[in-house]
Amino acid sequence: MPRPFHPEGAGQLSVTPSESVRRGAERELEMLESLLALGGLVLLRDSVEWEGRSLLKALIKKSAACGEQVHILGCEVSEEEFREGFDSHVNSRLVYHDLFRDPLNWSKTGEALPEGPLGALRAMCRRTNPGPVTIALDSLSWLLLHLPCTTLCQTLHALSHQDSCPGNSTPVEPVHVLGLLHEELHGPGPVGALSSLAQAEVTLSGAMGQASAHILYRRPRQRPTHQTQWFSILPDFSLDLQRGPPLELQRHADPHTPPVDPTTQLTFNLHLSKEEKEAKDSLTLPFQFSSEKQQALLRPGPSQATSRIFYEPDAYDDLDQEDPDDDLDV
Amino acid sequence: MLAPAEGGLLDLLESSQRPCVLLKVPRKHGKLTLLCDAKTDGSFLVHHFLSFYLKANCKVCFVALIQSFSHYNIVGQKLGVSLTTARERGQLVFLEGLKSSVDVFFRSQEEPHPLQFLREANTGNLQPLFEFVREALKPGDNAEAAWRCPVLLVDDLSVLLSLGVGAVAVLDFIHYCRATVCCELKGNIVTLVHDSGDAEDEENDVLLNGLSHQSHLILRAEGLATGFCRDVHGQLRILWRRPSQLTAQRDRSLTYQYKIQDKSVSFFAKGMSPAVL
Repeated sequence: MPRPFHPEGAGQLSVTPSESVRRGAERELEMLESLLALGGLVLLRDSVEWEGRSLLKALIKKSAACGEQVHILGCEVSEEEFREGFDSHVNSRLVYHDLFRDPLNWSKTGEALPEGPLGALRAMCRRTNPGPVTIALDSLSWLLLHLPCTTLCQTLHALSHQDSCPGNSTPVEPVHVLGLLHEELHGPGPVGALSSLAQAEVTLSGAMGQASAHILYRRPRQRPTHQTQWFSILPDFSLDLQRGPPLELQRHADPHTPPVDPTTQLTFNLHLSKEEKEAKDSLTLPFQFSSEKQQALLRPGPSQATSRIFYEPDAYDDLDQEDPDDDLDV
Repeated sequence: MLAPAEGGLLDLLESSQRPCVLLKVPRKHGKLTLLCDAKTDGSFLVHHFLSFYLKANCKVCFVALIQSFSHYNIVGQKLGVSLTTARERGQLVFLEGLKSSVDVFFRSQEEPHPLQFLREANTGNLQPLFEFVREALKPGDNAEAAWRCPVLLVDDLSVLLSLGVGAVAVLDFIHYCRATVCCELKGNIVTLVHDSGDAEDEENDVLLNGLSHQSHLILRAEGLATGFCRDVHGQLRILWRRPSQLTAQRDRSLTYQYKIQDKSVSFFAKGMSPAVL
């Protein structure tokens, strides 16, 4: 059953207050649903300052709410930490493949997934369940650091195109693959390779405490489209969409420390009284060339005392009236 | 609330963080705190955390690769702890990298030394070091139940890159330490990494960014942009990541300036140093 596809609301700029609530809920549906509408890979690119795991969990919650089963290849956080914040309905639909506790088989107890990370990833390609499935990779960066880039890309391609497997008589639901990528860890080559595999690419950033997602959609047979969405994620991993970037005035005051005026407890005076200000403004600077000064220079009046130099030569001074530079041909 | 006068590092972290303050509230899992320094020396943070956790009666495993035991002991005494005493009564397990690195060459090959990677031409992984840490912090029998949560302290990780270990191997080591110390034993990890800044060290950048993504709290000591100052030694940026309870509005990043004194460090808001007011 194909997933219903909602048109983007990016062109609607003005909404009446009564409609805004409804539109807000619609926009929330639009952002997450439109990300999940296409099969294939959705790449979440995050950074140290703007982390992407909460958005990944929001997408997982959305998929689980739509009745899909979600498989998570967890490499970076423990299962307990990942499941934190989800309600029991969502948690019952999550299958966590634990690559966190012992990914490299150091403990040699046999608990680790056999064949390591690559084997675990390939195992996800072989699905027996015909229902809709979402696969979340937390994270692609970990896999990229431990597997060769080409192998990872080939496996990802196979993962997201399972519906076109030869030998399948029944049409299979498109697979949604969500991949979390930490941008700063990799060079432009691997990131570009993964980006070219993705149907939708979400780059997380933000300003002044408010997160934003820049989404690039690559729909088949259509031009790539961009959308920027400001949002925040609530404690239950539902999305709260904002209309636009945060207003500067709201975020100016730091709620913890009140603004301190450094001029209050000084031992000297930094303020000017009214008379002092007037006197300061009317002062003429000695080297400023004003019209009075120009007149004074042009008219060498008698008030100008001519300056004379009185010179008392010392005993050893050589009073040679001849100019020593006379022979210079300058 | 931090007054523009003195404040210790702990008061700083406590006043600006809501629940789950370091040791007071039982948590579901421990925290990884990343210390990093850029254009300055961030080792004062290592000394602070070492003395803090020892005073708080935690079992500490200190992988000290940079300085000798006596150095940390002397600084620790100024901060009020005796490392010798702590080591003798089993509270502190101290791996002195400078001294024991020589042992690697004079030991028989059967038992892997924690710094075994120094012997290998192609440095594989840091698994022996991880086994050492796990052995040191594993909960013992009831006689040792007096200690509180275990803590792993590493000073520092950047030197491992200089010793030939790859960045991915160091990240794997910390990954396993997190799985054991933070998740299984509910303890904490504090580690120091240097930020090479303009010197384009790709391996160090991968290490620093990879660790930043794994951390819950990042303390970044930076030198002042304008250069050395006698009264303000640098500025400290605090970044919280992965808070245990997401709130819609939270202070994720704070910046303070500091001055290191003989027995303490005083913090103040930017531009509010008592010396410049």
